[in-house]
Amino acid sequence: MIRVQREDFDVGAELEGLTRGKTGIGGVTSFIGLVRDIAGERRIGAMTLEHYPGMTERRLSEIEAEARRRWPLDAVLIIHRYGRLEPGERIVLVAAASAHRQAAFDACQFLIDWLKTKAPFWKLEETPEGPRWVDAQTTDDEAAARWIKD
Amino acid sequence: MKLLYFAWLRTKIGIAEERVDPPAEVATVAALLEWLKRRGPGFAEALKDTRIVRVAVNQEYVASDHPLRPGDEVALFPPVTGG
Repeated sequence: MIRVQREDFDVGAELEGLTRGKTGIGGVTSFIGLVRDIAGERRIGAMTLEHYPGMTERRLSEIEAEARRRWPLDAVLIIHRYGRLEPGERIVLVAAASAHRQAAFDACQFLIDWLKTKAPFWKLEETPEGPRWVDAQTTDDEAAARWIKD
Repeated sequence: MKLLYFAWLRTKIGIAEERVDPPAEVATVAALLEWLKRRGPGFAEALKDTRIVRVAVNQEYVASDHPLRPGDEVALFPPVTGG
C-alpha cells in the first residue's frame, strides 16, 4: 500500500494496521526518515517537499510491486509526505512484513533506496543564506545500484 | 502538448506548467529541449546542462531519443531528492 499526503502519520498505528489479521507474518521492518536541522555545514530551518502528483503514486506503486516480486512479502507500506516540514518531523515511512526477518530487512532497504532515486520528490531547504534546492547524492545512486541485478 | 516543470527548473523558468504546440520537427525529447532553450533567458538558464535534466513523458521516465506526440504530458525536473 502506498500513500502520499501532507499530514503526519502515527507509526505505531500504521504498523499495527499493516499486520492486523495476517498471522503468517513473522517480522516487520521499518524505516522512518526525519527532517534534520543540519546538512553538512548548513543549518536547516525547515524544508518544503515538492512532488509530481500522479507520477509519484505510479512510481511508488511500481517500487512496491518490484519488492513483492523479489521477496515473499505479506505486506508493504510506503507513506511519503509533502509540503513544509520542520526539523524532527517525519518525512517518510517504509515497512515490509514477511514470514522471516531476512526478506523483511532486505525489502525495507530496497524500498527506501529505490524511492530515494526514483520517486519524483524534491527538497527545498530554508537556510540562513536563503532557500536552497537539495542536490541529489551520488551515495544514494550507489545505494540503489546495489539492487540492480546483473 | 502539456509541459510541467518542477523544483529549480520551475523557479528558473518561472512557471509550473504550460501548453505548447512546437513545430513538427520537434519530434523527440532532445529536440524539445533544444527548442525550449531558445524561448527565453529563463529557459536557457534552466536547460543549460541537459545532462542533469530528467524527463518523464506521460509520467514515465524516458531517454532523450524518446519520440513525442502532440497530446503528451512532458515533465522536466532535476534528479530527485525525496526520502
